[in-house]
Amino acid sequence: MAEGIYLDNNATTMVSPEIVEEMLPFFSEQFGNPSSLHQFGDKVGRALKKARQQVQTLLGAEHDSEIIFTSCGTESDSTAILSALRAQPERKEIITTVVEHPAVLTLCQHLEKDGYKVHYLTVDKRGRLDMQRYKDLLSDRVAVVSVVWANNETGTLFPVEEMAVWAHEAGIMFHTDAVQAVGKVPINLKESAIDMLSLSGHKLHAPKGVGVLYLRRGARFRPLLRGGHQERGRRAGTENSASIVALGKAAEMALESMTFENTFVKAMRDRLESGILAAVSHCFVTGDPTNRLPNTCNIAFEFIEGEAILLLLNKLGIAASSGSACTSGSLEPSHVMRAMDIPYTAAHGSIRFSLSRYNTMEEIERVITAVPPIVAQLRKLSPYWGENGPVEEPEKAFAPTYA
Amino acid sequence: MWDYSEKVKEHFFSPRNAGAVEGANAVGDVGSLSCGDALRLTLRVDPQNETILDAGFQTFGCGSAIASSSALTEIIKGMTLDAALKVTNQDIADYLDGLPPEKMHCSVMGREALQAAVANYRGEEWKDDHEEGELICKCFAIDAVMIEETVRANGLRTVEDVTNYTKAGGGCAACHEGIEDILVKVLAEQGEVFDPTTPSVTAQPKKLNTLQRIRRIEEILDSIRPNLQRDHGDVELVDVDGKNIYVNMVGACSGCQMAATTLGGIQQALVEGLNEFVRVLPAEQLKSCAEG
Repeated sequence: MAEGIYLDNNATTMVSPEIVEEMLPFFSEQFGNPSSLHQFGDKVGRALKKARQQVQTLLGAEHDSEIIFTSCGTESDSTAILSALRAQPERKEIITTVVEHPAVLTLCQHLEKDGYKVHYLTVDKRGRLDMQRYKDLLSDRVAVVSVVWANNETGTLFPVEEMAVWAHEAGIMFHTDAVQAVGKVPINLKESAIDMLSLSGHKLHAPKGVGVLYLRRGARFRPLLRGGHQERGRRAGTENSASIVALGKAAEMALESMTFENTFVKAMRDRLESGILAAVSHCFVTGDPTNRLPNTCNIAFEFIEGEAILLLLNKLGIAASSGSACTSGSLEPSHVMRAMDIPYTAAHGSIRFSLSRYNTMEEIERVITAVPPIVAQLRKLSPYWGENGPVEEPEKAFAPTYA
Repeated sequence: MWDYSEKVKEHFFSPRNAGAVEGANAVGDVGSLSCGDALRLTLRVDPQNETILDAGFQTFGCGSAIASSSALTEIIKGMTLDAALKVTNQDIADYLDGLPPEKMHCSVMGREALQAAVANYRGEEWKDDHEEGELICKCFAIDAVMIEETVRANGLRTVEDVTNYTKAGGGCAACHEGIEDILVKVLAEQGEVFDPTTPSVTAQPKKLNTLQRIRRIEEILDSIRPNLQRDHGDVELVDVDGKNIYVNMVGACSGCQMAATTLGGIQQALVEGLNEFVRVLPAEQLKSCAEG
């Protein structure tokens, strides 16, 4: 592992050395086009078949032909949603949530301009959905429900398997963006009502530039990219064979590591969280701590701003991410924090630590030691902070003229 | 990670004048909606001659907000209030060797805090006169509110109009969809429909011929030259090939580790000065192209 402590695995992960090794021959001797009949292509074709089965096993899919390789999670999301709309032109409504990843959210906002009606399910302060509201929205005008399995910022899990059953009973297609969940949450698609599922290689120690769309056999489908017969004509374009082989290996390793992720990685996350909460005042965990990914912890530090925290952490070689507006270049603090009604002064100071199986408890202890002085240093600069704590009624004591 | 200058980083990691000034007699509290940043500036002003004896800041904000606050206090200490009021946000950005376009509002916040503090000292009420919106054009740092207001005030109809009035969209052109969206919205308010084939209401900006363009490039380079010469370096123009401008870094600039950053700065100045997107490349690349 590179120098420094990497706790930003929900952004992307290190490619495992075993996976790099597995994919290297496909840049050199195994260069053939898997569609070719000759021996050069045939070997690559067989390697893709194996990768497809490895992904199938991880997802618990019934058939390997239900696995479509794509270029990334975003492509899988776009393909799924647009396919459902094109296959059912008479249905003009979509149900999704306010806390989706931009891959789904931005697409849905764009579709509104094209005349589609999008229902955005809201969340409570813990980031949980109102299931009654969801059930009330199900109708034969809805083409597709798209709900994220695990939130990338807080790790909060949504009951997508249950939601898929209800969608099915109402005759509506169900898609889930499972980019963060795959490899950390046991998935058994043959026992579920989920029609489509997106995953991304680089979130599970495969390289960037490869993803998967799971498409249940029989689910109506319209390709996003038409052209050659690759992926049974459902995703044209010559296969990214090296990365697909890598993703296959990554799927195999993720399945082997599932228990480790849910015990050791979870223990490291819990230690990090309790260590920081014990040492720093005026901070809290966002999302639903009782129902979330084992590797993710999102802490809001009140009265200071996230980018400043990240810059000081980075100086010590510690990598994390923030929901502050400044780190994204957008106007607002993270839409996920806003959706949970986290006050501005805390939302801007939210920091996400996301672990992987390559972290160690020793690293976690170093981070626990590093965080409190950084928070104290920035609070000393903050107009909301007094000598030893927040000024009395901080929001009243400092109420700037906003421009 | 943001492209922060060394000076920004330095002022962030070791801010000057942090904390409230003892015995302050002027306070300015302002915030910027677009980042959720907020700043309290406290000043101790000599009532005899209105000189700023001491300045301190307390900032809730990102790296560049803290650095801008620190820079502001350094700039204004020792100035009279009237002189301090002439400090622009660009002065603050320049003091820090520039800020990324998304972060320019941090310097605006600094200037506003100063205005608010002076108003507070003089017993006046300070009102903010500008509003910030979503950043649309990243090449020239133009936000949505600015574009909307300009479109409304001048009856603009095309992306080209917007570029001619605000510069927005005049660089890399990636924001043209965003500008069209604003046009669609504003025209719809007036009961009209955006039509991309409408002739531009603004006169075409006179296109420079090759000679004029090269002269303009040299003028811009001349304006940067004093900065480079201060560090015992210099730049010379070697060739212009369409969007590619080839230069030689000479003197101390030649082989300097910061050469790439300097080239970036020169490129920014040329993009703004020429009002078009250009690439500044070291002249060695010209040779390798010729050989290749």
